[in-house]
This record gives sequence, C-alpha cells and structure tokens, in this order.
Amino acid sequence: MKKKKLAGAFLSLTLAAGVLAGCAGSGSSDKSSGDGDTIKIGVNLELSGGVASYGQSIAEGLELATEEINKEGIDGKKIKLIKVDNKSEASEATSGAIKLTSQDQVAAIVGAATSTNSIAQVQIAQDNKIPVISPSGTSPEITFSKDKLNDYIFRTSFIDPFQGTVAANFATNEIKAKSAAIYIDSASDYSKGLADAFKEQFEKNGGKIVAEEAYIAKDTDFRSTLTRLKSDKPDFIFLPGYYEEAGLIVKQARETGLDVPFMGGDGWDSPKLVEIAGAKALNDTYITNHYSSGDPDKKIQNFVSAFKAKYKDKSPDAFNALGYDTGYFLADAIKRAGSADSTKIKEALEKTKNLQLVTGTFTLDEKHNPIKSATILEFKEGKQVFNTKINP
Amino acid sequence: MELIQQLINGVSLGSIYALIALGYTMVYGIVKLINFAHGDVFMVGSFVGFYSITVLDLSFVPALLISMTVCALFGVLIERIAYKPLRNATRIAALITAIGVSLLIEYGFIYVRGAQPEAYPNDVLPTDKFDIFGVSINSQSVLIFGVAVVLMIILQIIVHKTKIGKAMRAVSFDADAAKLMGINVNNTISATFAIGSALAGAAGVIFGIYYIKIEPLMGVLPGLKAFVAAVLGGIGIIPGAMVGGLLLGVIEALVSAAGYSLWRDAVAFVVLILILIFMPQGLFGKNKKEKV
Repeated sequence: MKKKKLAGAFLSLTLAAGVLAGCAGSGSSDKSSGDGDTIKIGVNLELSGGVASYGQSIAEGLELATEEINKEGIDGKKIKLIKVDNKSEASEATSGAIKLTSQDQVAAIVGAATSTNSIAQVQIAQDNKIPVISPSGTSPEITFSKDKLNDYIFRTSFIDPFQGTVAANFATNEIKAKSAAIYIDSASDYSKGLADAFKEQFEKNGGKIVAEEAYIAKDTDFRSTLTRLKSDKPDFIFLPGYYEEAGLIVKQARETGLDVPFMGGDGWDSPKLVEIAGAKALNDTYITNHYSSGDPDKKIQNFVSAFKAKYKDKSPDAFNALGYDTGYFLADAIKRAGSADSTKIKEALEKTKNLQLVTGTFTLDEKHNPIKSATILEFKEGKQVFNTKINP
Repeated sequence: MELIQQLINGVSLGSIYALIALGYTMVYGIVKLINFAHGDVFMVGSFVGFYSITVLDLSFVPALLISMTVCALFGVLIERIAYKPLRNATRIAALITAIGVSLLIEYGFIYVRGAQPEAYPNDVLPTDKFDIFGVSINSQSVLIFGVAVVLMIILQIIVHKTKIGKAMRAVSFDADAAKLMGINVNNTISATFAIGSALAGAAGVIFGIYYIKIEPLMGVLPGLKAFVAAVLGGIGIIPGAMVGGLLLGVIEALVSAAGYSLWRDAVAFVVLILILIFMPQGLFGKNKKEKV
C-alpha cells in the first residue's frame, strides 16, 4: 500500500520532469553531442538497487574499453562517459534517459542492464533520435515491439528465445532429460521470454513439461511450491530468473530434497548467487551465458588479462565482457560514421558486420539482434566452469 | 506425506510471523497504537545480526542477543521521540506518525547504506537434512521453531510472573487507575516497546538465517502479514498473536501447495478482510459491546 503511493507520487514527478525536459529540448537545435574533441556517451545503468551487480559490472567493462579506445581516440576525438544511476527501477531508467538526451545532449546511450529497464527508455530514445545500446537486455521486445522495429535501439547480447532454445537442447542432448518443470518470475518479461522458448524447443525435442510454476520477484519463501514440484518428479528444472531469487530457490530446493539439475539464463550470473545459495547447493546447476573467462580463445584471454590488470586481479564476468564489447561496438560505428551525429551513428550501427568481439563474432540482423554464439557454464563447488559453446 | 512437509514449511514461516506479531499486539494492548514501524525494527534487527556475524565474527546466540538488545533500545528510542509526545493526541495522529516513522527508517537506512541486498553466511547454523517417512526436515527449521517457542515461553513468564509484567497488564487494563496505584506508566510503556522490539530483532536474525537474503525494504511485507496475524488472533492478546502467526504461515503454505503460489499474499489479506467482517475481535478476543 505504502509502496504504491510512493510509486504514484514518483510517477507524477517523472511526468513533470518529462514536460520540463521537453521545454528544455525544444530550445536548442543542436542535437549532437559534445564540443570539438570529445564525444559524449550517456550511461544509464543499475548502479544501485536490486540488480546493482549487473550495472556495476557493465560500467567496469565499459570503462576499460573507453580507456583503451581513448589511447588512440576516434579520428582524434575522445569518448567521455556521463553516468546516471537508474537504481534498478524502470521509472528511474526513464527519467535517466530524459536527463541524458535533453540536459546532457549525448550522442548515444549505453544501458540498461535488464530488459525491463531498457524497455523503459525506448520511447524517449525514439522521440529524440538517440541510439541506445542495451549491453545485456535479452528480451526481443527491446528492439522489436508491436510488430515494429524500434530503429534507434540496439543490443550487444543475444536474445531470450536463443537462451531458452539452447537450454532446451542442452537438457535433451546432454542431461538426457525426458521431463522438465518450468519455474518463472511472473513479474519479469525476461523470465517469461526464456520460458516460452524453452518450452517450445523442449517439446519439439520430444520432452514433456510436467509442471509450470511462478513466483514474484522479492518473494523469499519458495518451500511450499518446491515441495509441490518435487511430487511432480521432473528430470530437470528450468529456472529463468534473476540471481536473488534463483539463489534462494536453489538453496531451498536442495533443503527440500529436490536434487535434480537446475538451469537458468544469464540472470544468474552474479557473485551474489553463490553467497545466497551456497556452493554445495549449486552443484549440478547450469547457465547459458555470453562468454566464459575460462574459454581458451586468444581474444578472450587478452581481455581477461587487461581486465585483471585494471581491477586488482578480479576475474571478469559476462557483464564485464558485455560492457567492454558495447564500448567497442559503439566505437566501431562512430569510426565508420565519421561523425558524432546521432543519426549517422545509428546508420553505422545497423551495418555492423563480422565484428570481432569478446563475446563472439557478430553481425546484426534486421531486428537489431546480434547473431553470435552462447556458452554453457556449470557450477562446481561455487565456481563457474566452462562446459561447452553452442553456435547459432 | 506431502501435506506434512507443507505443514512444516508453514510452521517455520509462521513462527517468524508470530514473533513479529507479538510486538504489534503488545504495543496495541497497552497504548492502543498500531506501530507500523515495527516491520522496520525487524529489518534493523536483521541487519544488526548480519553485521554481528560477518564483521564481529560472532556465532548465532551472541548475534541474536546483540540484535535483540539493539532493537530493544531502538524501540524505546522510537517510542520516546515519536509516540510519547502524542500520547494524548487523537489515535489517527499517532497512526499517521507511525507510518511516517516507518518510511523514515526505511529510506533513512537506504540513504545511509544503499539499497543493495546482503546475504547471510550459509554456515551460521548447521544445515543437516534428515528424512522421516519421506518427509525431509531441515535442522534449521527445527532450531528456528525451537528458538521461537523458547522466546514465547520467556515472554509468558515475563508477563505473568514478574513485577513489570504485572504493571504492563495493569496499564493495559486501565492506565489512569494504574497511575493512581503508583505504577510508572511511562516506564511500563517503554518496557513494552523494548520487549516487543527485541522479539522483532530476534525474528530478523532468524529470518536472515533461514532465508539468507536481507534488504532495507524487507520489513514491509512481513510487517503487514504479522499485523494480519495479530488481528487474526485478536489484537492485544498475546497467545492470539502466536496462534495467529502460525495459522497464517500454514494458510500461506497450503495456498502454495494447492498450486496458487501467486495468490499467496492476496490470500493473507483476504483473511484480514474476512476476520474484520465476521470476527472483528479475532480468534481469542472477547466480544466487547461499545457504548455510544
């Protein structure tokens, strides 16, 4: 009740801010970005709040990429990052985008980490014609919604259906699962998207979905539902949620005696997952992910050592890699555009082809989704171990 | 077998509700105030426990005691600063103040340390799992239920066998008459807040150990649920809060067990509405006629 009132008050504030921002924007005609030798790039990320670890990781990766790019510069210009914190909330993501486009007049925006917060920026970006690149928003809706391409929106990650499909194939071919249960976060578009794709592919492979259950983000008690799932005796459980709840669910499942393999998407990828679930409970769980620092590929190993040098020996996670790749993805487009003009950058982004990045070599399809490979990781005593790589 | 398992799930959850509900009910019993900041005392207790375990490297029992002590002091502080000046004001003024205090604690806490969640370490209590007739019981849930029961027994002893308990009952019955009999009403009210808040602190530590993840807004929903539990049992009546809490936990577990887990929170509040319509005095309350 209290929360709702707050949200209401907040919404009206956001609306008011929107109106004011509109006034400010119409005053100046110069839409592009930055003075002579800098290119201003907005960063709209989850730097605090529930999924802060995604946003902070992306920011670290992006900062490393920017540092490297600025050593040579793009046609003599340097990139300057302007960061706003969207506090892991969609309404804050919208007001962050308004600030970046109208007040700071950036050339492009990087963010947000989650699908929901990325979708919250779409309208602002389309109206102001500023390209937005979501580093890790995997919902198809971000770039393509209501049968229409959001032509100023891009992403660095692969999309949900792909993760769900890969997970289903992995369950059938590697785990040899005949039956599976799906347990989704009903408050998240991301979770639903993965689940739909998983279900379609798993049934196509001849498997049977024996149970579909749901929870709502911020729940803490899952034992009753898990006890119920246990009696359905699935061979495999697909749990496409975010790390806070996924960690609790895996922990409580193991306590309830539900010992089957669990699998999730990149939403599980956070050090907090291991803290919450405990290393032992996470054995026999898998995730699909964008990359693995254990992958022997040379490009990846170079990135890992550069990252470790900058961040005190910290091993980069997938969000670090995606943040880093987003930096290069954008820099490549700005270079080809030959200007910091938003519309020209957008056109150059669309033509991205065979770009060699850490999370795979990618080409953009007509829905602005990169076509690239997915990696499967297994948790062993709390460590992510490279299992296999699946190409599209 | 599945039903027994579900009942165990419900009782573990219910004992946390019961501990929080006790604070609501005791405060209501004595000053007729719904202390909406109580859920946030629970949150503070959980964080105090967390820092005692991780930073001071303490084990479960000392962490529990520190958390209870800090919460008791915190509860008294809230009472002295926010509620005491309003003792003779209208009840709605006190109620609104309580909501204000609740928001102040929540967002003040976020301002000071940020909104990111913390995870309790996994090894505070042993997590052995034993199976009896196909029902798997986690040693943690047994221990948690045990701690809750012990605290409730101690509370009953305090209320019925000690001098301060006698004073609390007297003030609850008639504050003015109690004052005339030489009872220090202010101290008695403070003691009530201290005991209620200490129980919320204990519930916070137990919650952290059982559910691992804690965050600054964690007190909102359990606080409201505990309020439902207190009303269910009959607000102002101590055994009512215990039974109401356990019952609410079991109801929630059974709703999830029936496959309606998304309706779980809604059902808790439907229970509140039904109780208010059909049994406003609660399960243990006496039906009092009010003169107009």
